[in-house]
Amino acid sequence: MKFTMSWLKEHLETKHKDTQIIDKLTDVGLEVESFENISSELDDFKVAKILNAEQHPNADRLSVCDVDIGQQKIVKVVCGAPNAKKGLLTVYAGPGSVIPKNNMKLTVSKIRGVTSYGMLCSESELKLSDESEGITELKPSKYSDKIGKNFFKNNTEKIVDLSITPNRPDCLGVRGIARDLAAAGAGKLKSISHKNIKKDGSQNIKVSITKDKNQGCTIFASCLIKGVTNKESPKWLKEKIESIGQKPISAIVDITNYVMLDLNRPLHAYDADKIDKEIIVRNSKKGETFEALDNKEYKLDDGMCVISDQSGVLGLGGVIGGTRSGTELETKNILLESAYFIPRSIRKTSKLLNIDTDAKFRFERGIDPQSVELGLQKASQLISEICGGKISKFDIQKIKQYKNLEIKFSTSLFEKITGFKVKENEIIKILKDLGFEVSKKKSELNLKVPSWRPDISQPIDIVEEVVRIKGYENIETIEPKKNRIKDTLNKQQKLFHFLQRSVASKGYFETVTWSFTDSKINNFFKENLKEIKIINPISSDLDVLRNSIFSNLTFYLKKNLDRGFKDISLFEIGPIFKNKQPGEQLTVIGAIKSGKISRLNWNEKDRSVDIFDVKKDLIQTLMEAGYDKQSFFIRDKSPSYYHPGKSGSVYLDKDDIDPVAYFGELHPNIVKKLDIKTEGVVGFEIYLDYLKDTKIKLKDQKLNFEYSDYQKSERDYAFVVDKNYKAQDLIEIISSIDKNLIRSIKIFDIYEGENIPDGKKSIALNVTIQSSEKTLEENDLEKINKLIISTVESKSGAKIRS
Amino acid sequence: MSDIKKIKDEYLNKLDNDLDTESVNQIKTELFGKNGQISNSFKTLGSLPNDERKKFASDLNSIKEELQEKINSKLQEIEIKEINSKLENEKLDVTLPEREIKQGKIHPVSQVIDEISSIFSEIGFSVEEGPDVENEHYNFTALNTPDNHPARDMHDTFYLDNNKEILLRTHTSPVQVRTMLNGKPPFKIIAPGRTYRSDSDQTHSPMFHQVEGLHIDKDINMGHLKGCLNYFIKSFFEVDKIKMRFRPSHFPFTEPSAEVDIGYELKDGKIVIGEGDKWLEILGCGMVHPNVLKNVNVNPDKYQGYAFGIGIDRLGMLKYGINDLRAFFETDYRWLNHFGFDPLDVPSNYRGLSR
Repeated sequence: MKFTMSWLKEHLETKHKDTQIIDKLTDVGLEVESFENISSELDDFKVAKILNAEQHPNADRLSVCDVDIGQQKIVKVVCGAPNAKKGLLTVYAGPGSVIPKNNMKLTVSKIRGVTSYGMLCSESELKLSDESEGITELKPSKYSDKIGKNFFKNNTEKIVDLSITPNRPDCLGVRGIARDLAAAGAGKLKSISHKNIKKDGSQNIKVSITKDKNQGCTIFASCLIKGVTNKESPKWLKEKIESIGQKPISAIVDITNYVMLDLNRPLHAYDADKIDKEIIVRNSKKGETFEALDNKEYKLDDGMCVISDQSGVLGLGGVIGGTRSGTELETKNILLESAYFIPRSIRKTSKLLNIDTDAKFRFERGIDPQSVELGLQKASQLISEICGGKISKFDIQKIKQYKNLEIKFSTSLFEKITGFKVKENEIIKILKDLGFEVSKKKSELNLKVPSWRPDISQPIDIVEEVVRIKGYENIETIEPKKNRIKDTLNKQQKLFHFLQRSVASKGYFETVTWSFTDSKINNFFKENLKEIKIINPISSDLDVLRNSIFSNLTFYLKKNLDRGFKDISLFEIGPIFKNKQPGEQLTVIGAIKSGKISRLNWNEKDRSVDIFDVKKDLIQTLMEAGYDKQSFFIRDKSPSYYHPGKSGSVYLDKDDIDPVAYFGELHPNIVKKLDIKTEGVVGFEIYLDYLKDTKIKLKDQKLNFEYSDYQKSERDYAFVVDKNYKAQDLIEIISSIDKNLIRSIKIFDIYEGENIPDGKKSIALNVTIQSSEKTLEENDLEKINKLIISTVESKSGAKIRS
Repeated sequence: MSDIKKIKDEYLNKLDNDLDTESVNQIKTELFGKNGQISNSFKTLGSLPNDERKKFASDLNSIKEELQEKINSKLQEIEIKEINSKLENEKLDVTLPEREIKQGKIHPVSQVIDEISSIFSEIGFSVEEGPDVENEHYNFTALNTPDNHPARDMHDTFYLDNNKEILLRTHTSPVQVRTMLNGKPPFKIIAPGRTYRSDSDQTHSPMFHQVEGLHIDKDINMGHLKGCLNYFIKSFFEVDKIKMRFRPSHFPFTEPSAEVDIGYELKDGKIVIGEGDKWLEILGCGMVHPNVLKNVNVNPDKYQGYAFGIGIDRLGMLKYGINDLRAFFETDYRWLNHFGFDPLDVPSNYRGLSR
């Protein structure tokens, strides 16, 4: 919402300085976006005095002038005007200025060998008159003390741009803004002067509002103005329209715009001669079309509020007019409309047709239904003043009465909500200044809400009105109390924070990427989940919600590789989406690692990252989070985006149905299709929702501390097993032979090849045996040794390697 | 006697020379071996008369001890010398780099969320969360923003269906609704999380982070709101004084509503919070609208309170001097390394928010 200070002062009598008014606007909740000079270009034209004028050495018709441009500056200007002589007061434009007449930008230039700094201007060049014979002559009586000052007066005019919240349609008119300022003590709201306008004859175009279901128009007021001469607007009106950055069109259009900007009362002017007999305000029929003033043809749906005549649609009420009945410079007779349209209807129609106009913006927020007559009055009067013509009596069709809403307000609510007290009579004054009618009844106030405030419907709204006018600075600051209702974090949240930092501590950079992704990449990772399309994506490569974190991680892995990084470890913790209903999402950690370990390191040989790097990071993270590694179970099943032979899943317990994590190498085909060029790409995923509570919590007592000081023995074994046989099974067989004696099992070698039959491999392990009751003797050890070999051989089909 | 004294002096002298282990062992044998001079002297003990024997034995023992001690210390001395000379050849260039260090990083958004949680935890708030995908009821209607309300235009919404019923939440406020529907007052929560608007330019990204705050009880008024935010902003920016300004504004779900500005100044191109006469808008807040309370079955005649919404990314930018919002989500390894936090640097009440 733009307006100038002088326009504001047409409604507000104030002694406040501009800056005070700006502060007040902010204080009452009208946010000031900007406050600047209208046009700095006109500041370039200064009142100046010719101190001396001499004949140009190389040109008869030119003179060289010493010009006083104020602030003790004297410049040389070459001038061709015959009236340029010593002592003359005139208008000077310095280098950089743009001459209004021809938009020429001045530079410092040499004219026949003499450098001229700027120019002395004629009235014609300044677009003040057609006088171009000589330079402007200013009267000494008026200008002799203004040397150096700006020549153009209205260049002190400043324009205010407010950002009006959707609840305040009344402040989309200058008068509404003035009213708020007056209530806040920044002046007095001037009353609107009512000139009695002479009305001749009746409005003889019949107007009817049909009683359609959901009729979007409830009041249609109109008058005829006959015999007008439409033309260019007078200077004051053009300047007003221009001052807020709009383009003057014709007097009639400019007047309706002016009334709208001034009072927030949109109007529409029809060329009355183009109306076919009568005006019918009705619902549209499906398929009806009309050409709007934006020169587009619209095809209408059922139930849109249209203004029509016997031939068809003239316009969309409150949204946009039509070309068929638009006013032109030749228009002789006008039908002026001032109506009330229901916000919901306006919003629905404009959304469906995708039309955004100033009128729509205002009607959808709520126009004062009681302002229809005031609008007609002000506009018709201006039209007849400027364009002539006879104004008919006003015709007002109504299908609904608008009464002011009444609210009972108990002043104690104010203190209850704001925490501070305002005296009752001050509350009453504020409300009255805002246009409320107030009457006191015992401890309550009976309020009549002004018709221009559709946002006010209940007592809490009154609290807001009073507190914002009184000033938010009056609210005291109460120190927060520390009482607590619930723990800060629940278990899942604690787990989230713990895992996040645990993974990061293993050398991964945490990233945050969009929750949406490119469907083409997502397809590699979505498995059997549904693709969730965004109807209005920000771009076509961010068109679906992610089914996996890997789509974005691989995308950004490639970007970083392209930046020249080689060894990258990235992770993200966040949502993935299973389906599109609220809550159908999982919290997942996705981590990815590429490149080499110990690249270019002087003391260690480098090697590509492999799945046992990420398996370590994964298992260690789960252990750190409190899960017991002894009960973890690894399966070689994993989603299809992993390398089928180099990936696995982790179960917290052998009997669990859902894995809590996957790890492995990314499928080489996907790596290829994504054009990721690096030594290796491995990763893991942890599904936080499947992580149950840990069995033993930190707050629980620890198990009894038991240890054995009896001598340990170690034995090495090598078993030859089928190539596909799992080490995990071998360890389980051995460890379950005697849990009291077998303390640890370590696999120290896997061997295939010479001396091992085809399809077989050798697993070498080291077993630590220790009793907690005695030192084991040779025959005890021999017994357990034999048991280990026989059990493994019988349960796994393995052969001990001799 | 004089014999053994002579032996003693002779060998003590010998042992003072620069000897190697072998020579010392040779001396040891010469003295204490089977036919060593000291061993032989002991053998003579039996042939001595009683009165002499005692004295001789005592002298002999003390000489033996003295020599043994000398030999041992000589051997030790040689050993240390040998180790020392060996160490001379074991000198490493300790300025060579250590084995590879892989330092991980926590994203600034995560760090700031932890800081915020820590600050609000101190005054009794708990953390709630809600889904990223919402239906229009929770995101708008229940928050007093009906379908025909122009306030909906303030949020450029991503939709997941053509009926515009399912969407990506445009703010964290639906968590208010879910929390209140699932519980009974009082409520004292914050809800940080991802939010989405179909807006993308220099200062907007289609995804960003907000933290919602909600405190509902019997007597919570705007003074408490002011106090809470004042405490939060001071704690977050780790300054003693903060300039804050509450401006009336409008949000459909709060009434009265306010936007909050904090004072700042520019020093060497950096924003310094708390000083200066410039204002920066950082959050929106207000008293929860009675309509919202009714929508979640909380009696607005009995309960009232405040809510606020703060942009997390923006707070992080201000505190840590990050200029570009979009860079938060671009996963540039250099940026993550530069602005990321060490994983061990966990913000907490007792050891302070930041190092």
